[in-house]
Amino acid sequence: MALIEHLTQEYLRTKKLPHIWCPGCGNGIVTAALIRAIERTGYDQRDVVIVSGIGCSSRAAGYLNFNTLHTTHGRALAFATGLKMARPELKLFVIMGDGDCSAIGGNHFIHAARRNIDLNAVIINNHIYGMTGGQHSPLTPTGMKATTAPRGTLERPFDLLVLARGAGATFAARGIAAQPRQLEQLIVRGATHKGFSVVEALSPCPIAYGRRNKLGGAVEMLRSMKDSSISVERAAETEDAELKDKTITGVIYSFDAPEYAEEYYRSISDNKG
Amino acid sequence: MENRQEILLTGAGGQGLILASIVLAEAAVNDNKNVVQTQSYGPEARGGASMAGVIIDIDTIEYPEVTRPAVLLCMNQASFNKYLPKIEPGCTVIVDSTFVSGPFHKDYKVQSFPITRMAKEKLGRDVVANMLALGVINAATGIVNRDIFRESIFKLAPRGSGELNQQAFDLGYHLYEEGPGQDVGISVQTPQ
Amino acid sequence: MPETKPVLMQGNEACALGAISAGVRFYAGYPITPSTEIAEHMAEKLPDLGGVFIQMEDEIASMAAIIGASIGGMRTLTATSGPGFSLKQENIGYAIMAEIPCVVVNVQRMGPSTGVPTAPAQGDVMQARWGTHGDHPIIVFSPASVYETYYLTIAAVNLSQKLRQPVIILLDEVIGHMREKVLIPEAGKLLVEKASDLVPSDWKPYDEKGLTPLVPFGFGHYYHVTGLFHDQYGFPTGDPPQVERALDRLHHKLEKNRDEIILTNYIGHKEPRVAIVTYGCTVRSARAVVTKAYWQNRLPVGLLSLQTIWPFPAREIEALAKQVDVIIVPEMNMGQIVGEVERYARGQAEVIPLNRYDGEMINPDQIYEQMGRWLS
Repeated sequence: MALIEHLTQEYLRTKKLPHIWCPGCGNGIVTAALIRAIERTGYDQRDVVIVSGIGCSSRAAGYLNFNTLHTTHGRALAFATGLKMARPELKLFVIMGDGDCSAIGGNHFIHAARRNIDLNAVIINNHIYGMTGGQHSPLTPTGMKATTAPRGTLERPFDLLVLARGAGATFAARGIAAQPRQLEQLIVRGATHKGFSVVEALSPCPIAYGRRNKLGGAVEMLRSMKDSSISVERAAETEDAELKDKTITGVIYSFDAPEYAEEYYRSISDNKG
Repeated sequence: MENRQEILLTGAGGQGLILASIVLAEAAVNDNKNVVQTQSYGPEARGGASMAGVIIDIDTIEYPEVTRPAVLLCMNQASFNKYLPKIEPGCTVIVDSTFVSGPFHKDYKVQSFPITRMAKEKLGRDVVANMLALGVINAATGIVNRDIFRESIFKLAPRGSGELNQQAFDLGYHLYEEGPGQDVGISVQTPQ
Repeated sequence: MPETKPVLMQGNEACALGAISAGVRFYAGYPITPSTEIAEHMAEKLPDLGGVFIQMEDEIASMAAIIGASIGGMRTLTATSGPGFSLKQENIGYAIMAEIPCVVVNVQRMGPSTGVPTAPAQGDVMQARWGTHGDHPIIVFSPASVYETYYLTIAAVNLSQKLRQPVIILLDEVIGHMREKVLIPEAGKLLVEKASDLVPSDWKPYDEKGLTPLVPFGFGHYYHVTGLFHDQYGFPTGDPPQVERALDRLHHKLEKNRDEIILTNYIGHKEPRVAIVTYGCTVRSARAVVTKAYWQNRLPVGLLSLQTIWPFPAREIEALAKQVDVIIVPEMNMGQIVGEVERYARGQAEVIPLNRYDGEMINPDQIYEQMGRWLS
């Protein structure tokens, strides 16, 4: 309990609570995992920056007691790129929602991945635009209902981590709100990875998504999230046919490549020589 | 206003006219004059129409566009056809006979020199035709001090090509000074 | 005084060098005619100064990146043209709301849409004023020469820092692309002002008592930056009195510093009957006319050129309208600033638009002819 109190005191702007999130929302779970992860990295609080876009999840920035930058819809990574290039010593965590990151912000997402700039993207994927009341996003599974897809969406969703890989990302992990300890570890691994890291956090939105698709309340959604997930290690030992409807969690890929900000500053000091 | 001298360099994209206009403008600055240089070109990097204007004055230059050129250079037939009707009598018209075959209108004093052909034949490089043209223009008008012009060419030329470009400029002087003659293809037409 | 020597310089280059002289060490941009030379000069020079040049994936990202870098404590600039300026608008509004200094250059071309990329026009005057949504203040400079481009860029950077307010430089294709002889200080290697945490312990990012300097991220002031209406610590609010105060704050800081922001220049007769009011490259045509009509022919004419077009120099126009019978407003558009001139002339003088929108400059003869009608 002492740790929780410490984290609450230091890293939460308790005066800004209560938060705007609905009962049963997973954003709080993911935000808590992020806080614990930051604590575990040992980063100086002064150096930590939380950048976010627009949407329910992006409101997390306002509740976190760091340098916090709540930007425009979809543009969090572009703001973060400028800040990181100006101040490479800062540690940037970029919180985005699924629509924010993959629809309006899709271009910035692939280019941050391509540059391999040392930003830690945490994408809270609840498969829906929550703040505007439940429209389908590029991560809404085919057939699921939304206010703008009343008969179920015909569109095919992105696999965000495959997309990131294709664009050049060097680290990707997936966690679920139903397993917050694993999520915390994944964020730590993403943060300590040099280069662009993507952590996709699946999170329930019982109000705007679960209700319309008859997925039950928060507890049911978390339970089915857990039941349908499988760790990347276990998945490796499982037949492909059995993995068809499973969500694979853990570090999906991680490898080294030159990091953009470091390369840039090295190149300009070489030239000066 | 009477000190204002406007030079219009016209031709095709890729003939180095914009660079020539910058060299001329830079030379004029080094010669202590006020200068404005402008350009217009199509979206093509090569081919297409290219036009650059240089205004030189000892007074302040207000309006930056060329309206009454004292010198018109035409490096291809299309620019000759386009710009000749727009000038006023008294304008010195210099054309590159390599590409321009006339017709030479009796109202204008048109001086034709094989600019690109000479660059290729005498210097082995047609890319320096633009500096050769500047030599002809400066020989005809004396707009900028010749030595200062040569120095400016050397400074602005790509590394290692300063002397070649100066030679082209000098060859322009030479062509002009040789005057009208069948061998260099000069045809002078003066107003009646 | 730093040493000066005459050089031939392009308008876009002067913009880049002015920015560097004013301490800009961060440039993010996207290629677009006719502004690309600014990016190219920055790409060439910033690395040697320890600065950052980054070509972003699009215009929106470029605008976002300079705001991000400004929050990191750097002086920043981006440049674009009409289509890109349209794309930048949302984040320009963000910088206004969050009070983040930055400079945005728009080298105007013929529009709407893709228009004529290499033809000059002055069609973005109202967009510069009202391009981003909401009731925002804005500062817009409009240089008329390569020399002015250099100095107004320096002024833009400094004002932007002082007021924590984006400043727009509305160049046009004529000024951006032309080269002319200028006398400017030799490019010196200015030191970037280092980000500082030397502020009072009760520092607030949006102090209700007045403007405070921006303390960059990373110095232990855990404030919040948002495009939402916010309180003096930066935290979102929807409380009507706080919202009203916050919007007043944005406007008042410009009003309070009006004399430093509004730059105009009058030449000509002491008691003019006909005046020209214009800005940008059209000033050049107007100066040619006034030089001839007043300095040579002693006609009662004058020219008020506007280096600052927004906030609109209302007082200057009011004063001029009381003196003259007629104000001619030449613009390379279908009539944008003329409406403002009319508004502040308040019926004291007749206001005559003179418009050209074929991709060519308004020439002195056109202005002279219009002026002649009112002098005879």
